[in-house]
Amino acid sequence: MNYDDVPLWAAILISASVLIGAALTFVGAVGLVRARSFYQRIHMPTLGTSFGAIGVLLASSILASMGEGRIIAHEVLIFIFVSVTTPVTLMLLARAALHRDRVEGSPEVPSALGKPSDQ
Amino acid sequence: MSRIFPYPLLTIALTLMWLLLQQSAGLGHILLGFAVAWSASQAMAKLQPHRPIIRRPGLVLKLFALVTVDIIRSNIAVSRIVLAGDRRETTAGFIKMPLELRDPAGLAVLSCIITATPGSAWLEYSPAESSVLIHVLDLIDDEEWVQTVKQRYEVLLLEIFR
Amino acid sequence: MSATMLFWSISVAQVLLGAAMLVTLCRLVVGPRAQDRVLSLDAMYVVAMLLLVTFGMQANTVIYFEVALLIGLLGFVGTVALAKFLMRGEVIE
Repeated sequence: MNYDDVPLWAAILISASVLIGAALTFVGAVGLVRARSFYQRIHMPTLGTSFGAIGVLLASSILASMGEGRIIAHEVLIFIFVSVTTPVTLMLLARAALHRDRVEGSPEVPSALGKPSDQ
Repeated sequence: MSRIFPYPLLTIALTLMWLLLQQSAGLGHILLGFAVAWSASQAMAKLQPHRPIIRRPGLVLKLFALVTVDIIRSNIAVSRIVLAGDRRETTAGFIKMPLELRDPAGLAVLSCIITATPGSAWLEYSPAESSVLIHVLDLIDDEEWVQTVKQRYEVLLLEIFR
Repeated sequence: MSATMLFWSISVAQVLLGAAMLVTLCRLVVGPRAQDRVLSLDAMYVVAMLLLVTFGMQANTVIYFEVALLIGLLGFVGTVALAKFLMRGEVIE
């Protein structure tokens, strides 16, 4: 596509949102390395999947709606998909980590609640 | 009616998703997408006997707006914590939170909200005690945190799914 | 004007996302435990997906978006299977 067709205000909007999204994702990745325990690290990918993804996908959909033809359907789908799947994977990982830490008897993890919630 | 369309919302959503993937709204795609969505909803009916009932659809929008605002705020907060690094001592910790919410769909929504928000993660739920273990990245006051979640989300979710 | 601006902002975003992938790769190598590695792999999938979206913005084709969807799907299934493995020691019981 010819980028010159894009009006200046849209270009500013697109640039700002793609840069914010990428920067948030990068900060999340840095946090993944900096955080000390697993349970602190598990918060970090959500930066990239919440507003990191929204920023990049918003920029992409604005750019697509400026150009000819292409509908913004895929961005919407990708966003719905990411926002639905990330909590599920993170919760599963967290439970796996809790289980492993409890089996090892790690002192930093609280003991199991009531009855185990597993079937 | 409910025999033929066990999950009307799911069927509509899947049809829409099919159309989005195909990037067209021709009659053929609508029919094909509807056929796929309908069979998926039949399969779903065989899998899961519990049907969530949304009592107050208007409140869903309010919940959505609340969650968006909170996610923006916690994005900023967590970015600050990461960028400050070791200069600022954060007190991460586990919280055990009692819940009045019992509905499985409501619990699923609450767990997704809490995990998707940076800075808090849902670890495990115990139906026996009806309480949940949450890990919070920047924990200042346990009691205040529990009250905030209860007042902001649980009240709304109790109204929506009853 | 807007062409150069878009070119540079998208390129900078790609550099940032690439750096994010490298950083998560560090966590993947360092570990220290299996769950840390799986977590960083999951984060890496998401970053790769966003990187593909920015490639799609540059090239203006639909192909990259479909690849991005596929990557997201594979990442989800892969992480779920690995989490299951960490919990039980087996994927299929």
